[in-house]
Amino acid sequence: MTRGGWTFGLAMLVIVLAGFLAPHVLKNPFYFFAGYVILQYVVIATGWNILGGYAGYINFGAAGFFGAGAYASAFLFNAFGIPLWGSLIAACVIGAGLGLLMGYLTLRIQGVYFAIATLGLVIILETIIHNIPALGGARGMVVYGPPPPGWAAGPPQYMFVLMLLIAVASVSLARWMQLSWVGRGLRAVRASEDAAECSGVPTLRLKLLACAVSGAVLAAAGAPYPFYTSFVEPVTAFSLIIGLNAIAMPLIGGTRSWQGPVIGALLLATTQQIATITISSELNILFVGVVLIAFVALAPNGLIGLVRRKGTEARL
Amino acid sequence: MTQFDLFMNVVATGVLLGSVYAAVALGLAITFGILHIPNIAHPALVIMGGYFVVHANRFGVDPLIAALVGLVPFYLLGMLLYSFYANTFERRGRADVLQSLTLFFGLSLVIEIILVLAYGSELKSLTAPYIGSSLRFGPLTIPSRLLVPAILGPATVGALWLYFRYTNSGTAIRAVAHDERALSIAGLDPAAIKRQAFGLATATAVIGGAALAMIGPIDPFSGRFQIGRVFAIVVLAGMGSIPGTLVVAIGLGIAETLIASYLNPAWSPGVAFAMLLGALALRPQGLFGTVR
Amino acid sequence: MSRPALSMSGVEKSFGPFRALGPVDLDLMANERLGIIGPNGAGKTTLINCITGVLRPDSGSVRFEGADITALPSFRRARLGISRTFQIPHPFRGMSVVENLLVPLDYIHGVEDRHRRAAEVLERVGLSARAAYPSEDLSQLELRKLELARALVGNPKVLIADEAMAGLSEAEIDEVLAILYSLNEQGVAVIMIEHIMHAVMRFSQRVVCFETGQLIASGTAEEVTRNPTVQKVYFGEQAHH
Repeated sequence: MTRGGWTFGLAMLVIVLAGFLAPHVLKNPFYFFAGYVILQYVVIATGWNILGGYAGYINFGAAGFFGAGAYASAFLFNAFGIPLWGSLIAACVIGAGLGLLMGYLTLRIQGVYFAIATLGLVIILETIIHNIPALGGARGMVVYGPPPPGWAAGPPQYMFVLMLLIAVASVSLARWMQLSWVGRGLRAVRASEDAAECSGVPTLRLKLLACAVSGAVLAAAGAPYPFYTSFVEPVTAFSLIIGLNAIAMPLIGGTRSWQGPVIGALLLATTQQIATITISSELNILFVGVVLIAFVALAPNGLIGLVRRKGTEARL
Repeated sequence: MTQFDLFMNVVATGVLLGSVYAAVALGLAITFGILHIPNIAHPALVIMGGYFVVHANRFGVDPLIAALVGLVPFYLLGMLLYSFYANTFERRGRADVLQSLTLFFGLSLVIEIILVLAYGSELKSLTAPYIGSSLRFGPLTIPSRLLVPAILGPATVGALWLYFRYTNSGTAIRAVAHDERALSIAGLDPAAIKRQAFGLATATAVIGGAALAMIGPIDPFSGRFQIGRVFAIVVLAGMGSIPGTLVVAIGLGIAETLIASYLNPAWSPGVAFAMLLGALALRPQGLFGTVR
Repeated sequence: MSRPALSMSGVEKSFGPFRALGPVDLDLMANERLGIIGPNGAGKTTLINCITGVLRPDSGSVRFEGADITALPSFRRARLGISRTFQIPHPFRGMSVVENLLVPLDYIHGVEDRHRRAAEVLERVGLSARAAYPSEDLSQLELRKLELARALVGNPKVLIADEAMAGLSEAEIDEVLAILYSLNEQGVAVIMIEHIMHAVMRFSQRVVCFETGQLIASGTAEEVTRNPTVQKVYFGEQAHH
């Protein structure tokens, strides 16, 4: 392992330990409720970026994968009593399957069609769930999760630590993909598919891999959600703000590296958590929408790109 | 009513509904089909057009007249949007699909939220003398609230088709899609032509919006259910084929009403996307398009 | 004479009603230097696309070292040892020059020390000083060199240089030719598609000329230049420009 690898591993370990210890320091459960949502967005942004950032294939349907993960775990728990860990794995499998299906249907053509198809994914999944009585239809499903294990201070603290572990796993996966042959191949695909293919890169397979991994991570972000809210229904599970944030966060942070989505998610989700107390959710969406347009127009490489450019200018 | 009469009524409703879809999709047939700009904000612009008509209707203005008046501000708005788009991307060199899609995605959300803030999120509807009555043709019963908007679709298609075929500026727009350089050599400014085309596309949004608001009440988020439809129509029609847009839109309208009547209305929003995905997997060049 | 490295028989490709290529029969011997000339639209690029797998021919077969590769996807052909440069350089933007070379090294197996191999190839094409530069900051000549470097870093058996010298000065053309010669000396067969006549004629052991998708002449540089049909369709056309 490289020196950077050790530093990263150590940092992740410290973060996980801090997460386990935090409930002993912070007593107000609100921090863990809010922290859970912020970490959930770290996972969503990271998952989205594996396909959207590295390979340049934009997915408007992040909410579809998230919702699929949420419904999978809610259904598996209510119907068969499968514990959260089991349904987390099931959600990943379903997310990966959905990603593969979308990719297989559209990736041979052009990025635009993939993007449009993902827009439809949310609507199709929502329609399907509305029509399946076993999943509660429009009314949704109540999920009475098991009590948290003894070491956790309470349900929010437990859910927080769980999401922290998922986030650490997702970020590590994204980092590994970026630095390995996979990431290099995906960046080659993003730059020029023809040249990548003629350099021996199996472009279609690599894109399908990215679709599957991205879908799995997005679904993993949704899997604990029914246990967090004790309830799942189509409108919130497939919420617009999830799809919007999934794109806005990596774009604001920077899509080229694993750090970008993390920075974007921490910034934007924290702002939103503070803002929801003070402003309406409409203004929240408006704010994210305007910020998104501003970044696309003025700083397409995100905050990391801005900092890097300032750095090179200073050196010149 | 016999089974056959029921079937004929369903098909007739589908044809009318499809004609309305054509009015909604036309703008995208120009921006995406001809200019290759993935304007996913078009359905939101259509709903904005619908609100323009609803707003005017509150003061007693007939929806059709309101739509005609609305063509001008929406044309200008479209030119403005194109200028912003071109300034952002085309000067950077080749437009990055990811970024332009994101831009229009952001734009559509901003439009939706502005409508929510201005009008609230509840449903809004139109009133006009011809909304509410219905006409009978033998066994067919056709509500006027569907008939009048359904005429708007083919009428706009016809007008645009004539425009593209017989006017110089229409020909220039078709040409810009094929070869920008040839136009520059001929002394025409491709950017100006594209701006004009984008303006035209946005102007059709008012007509589409008026048609939608006549069929049934709209809310700021109604556009979202049109995204799948309009892209399915434009892609299936073969990217930029104006008559193809009408034919495919009507086909989709029939398919949706058949499924809604004989299966379950709740499934019809998924029809368009299912058709789009199926078509992309089988025949990416569209039903009426040719391989470039 | 050695056996052909690459062998095409009856290769045809149409786009709709327009037949862009063929039927063509053409062999490339191992270690040969083959020049392909012909007016624009003669089917040269379609031919390369059929060899590299970007396009699949409508009929006919492409064989590489005796094995039928007609149905193989591009990346597999690249791994077998068929490599190309693009007419318009396609650098992997967002990556440094050396990283551009690591892409084929990651995916075309068989090189032990990847970083050393990359450095060696950069040295050979004269881009060592630029190794850490972002590829989008390169000059036209450097982009052409990067294109070549990326094509040869994976130790190909056949290299197709598609107008690798377009837009370069005389001195720069000589530089690129020298790289191609030294590659050929190491046993790589080179197909050169070029409009710069003196370069193809100097470089190629054999020249073939295409016109409207058909192979109309084949022979030494001198024979092809003297061929009256070639003079009419190609040099005649060039004279008008």
